[in-house]
Amino acid sequence: MKRIKTIETRDLQKSVKTGGCGECQTSCQSACKTSCGVANQQCEKCLSEK
Amino acid sequence: MIHRYKLNGYNIVLDVFSGSVHVVDDLAYDVIGLYEDKSADEMIPLMLEKYSGDSEIDEDEIRDCIADIEELKNEGKLFTSDDYADLAFDFKARNTVVKALCLHVAHTCNLNCEYCFASQGKYHGDRALMSFEVAKQAIDFLIENSGSRRNLEVDFFGGEPLMNFEVVKEITAYCRSIEKEKGKNFRFTLTTNGVLLDDEVIDFANKECHNVVLSLDGRKEVHDRLRKTVNGVGSYDVIVPKFKHFVERRGNRGYYMRGTFTHNNTDFTNDIFHMADLGFTELSMEPVVCPPDDPYALTYDDLPVLFEQYEILAKDMLRREKEGKPITFYHYMLDLSSGPCIYKRISGCGSGTEYMAVTPWGDLYPCHQFVGDPKYLLGNVYDGVTNTAVQDEFKMCNAYARPDCKDCWAKLYCSGGCAANAYHATGKVTGTYKYGCELFKKRIECAIMMKVAQAENAE
Repeated sequence: MKRIKTIETRDLQKSVKTGGCGECQTSCQSACKTSCGVANQQCEKCLSEK
Repeated sequence: MIHRYKLNGYNIVLDVFSGSVHVVDDLAYDVIGLYEDKSADEMIPLMLEKYSGDSEIDEDEIRDCIADIEELKNEGKLFTSDDYADLAFDFKARNTVVKALCLHVAHTCNLNCEYCFASQGKYHGDRALMSFEVAKQAIDFLIENSGSRRNLEVDFFGGEPLMNFEVVKEITAYCRSIEKEKGKNFRFTLTTNGVLLDDEVIDFANKECHNVVLSLDGRKEVHDRLRKTVNGVGSYDVIVPKFKHFVERRGNRGYYMRGTFTHNNTDFTNDIFHMADLGFTELSMEPVVCPPDDPYALTYDDLPVLFEQYEILAKDMLRREKEGKPITFYHYMLDLSSGPCIYKRISGCGSGTEYMAVTPWGDLYPCHQFVGDPKYLLGNVYDGVTNTAVQDEFKMCNAYARPDCKDCWAKLYCSGGCAANAYHATGKVTGTYKYGCELFKKRIECAIMMKVAQAENAE
């Protein structure tokens, strides 16, 4: 596309079927301890598939 | 829903419900902005007028651009619908296993930091150390309630957990002795102010801890202003050499140098850069959480300054990366291709359900920030969760539970935000801490911009 470039991202709608294993890190149990942000967590399943 | 913004020379369009990120030129940016409200025939004259000075843009070009947007819409990458609301409530209601505990092994501290949300480690109660028996019971409670989850997280927290290092070592050994037989994998995190760091602690942490969180606020004068010893002396000179030694020996194992910024240092990027100058590369800097009338509380007048600081940080990180000396900032870590699935994004941090804090006496609270508030006492490690009313409140706490989040583009990044921050700001765990939302949105905009810049640089 001439005017639009799409960055590679995980398709959230597809992850309705593939996600939900719950093995990922608990959000606050990492560095922040004072604010919730789930976006910077990684998917354990994706990591092990890599 | 889409979110469009311009940052660092990029026009960025985020498609909220698919998670797609597009970088577009000015014409596409404008057309995407009009797309939902205007037909092609209405948009074309508007765009021809706006771009009348651009000889490359004619009606055919605009129609091609609209066709590309249509194609992305059909592929589910633009203007996707929100189909997750029912999922949010169903998933969290079902998902009741416990997978993480914050073990408050010491409700006491060897520092006297003014801004401490835990009131100098005591959580508004008595000083205490957790016994091995309570810690063991907590681990047994975790295993019993973890269902088929393999990865279990235990955070040694306080107060200052190294004031009870013997129990930290003993309980870690206990976990290691049973994890295979129980089909579990324990991941330990140690959060420490560094005062008691020595080679024995470093050896332990490097062998056992998946992550270590080291508290440093940045520049000496900033750090020493609020992070003082019990004698009122700044702690910077005591801890920085220890942290340097620790990180040198840590190799490629995970750690975070974690600071807090306040109204006193709204130029907090200088503190992050100071950490980088000291040789630390894995960095986190959090806005202070405190009542609004505290002298160091962040104000609404600070917000534009803080927004600018986040932009400075993002641009500087890109520069450092290009020069081959990258640093990591916790809130800018986005993995767009292997990030969290939709269930994680809608169900939030798991406080009160998947995640609980345990006091030295074995009491359970939804998270460390609720400890000491009797209304939020969930139960204890011996009897389990008995206050199911509070747990049900947290089960319903998700990205779709907060009316303020309904039209927010960032809800699948923050998952509705921190329940404790919401409670302290509004009196309800399903409220929203709006000041925190503003900062969070800015951070995500910066983080996505960095991903766009990195993708461009890779080409």
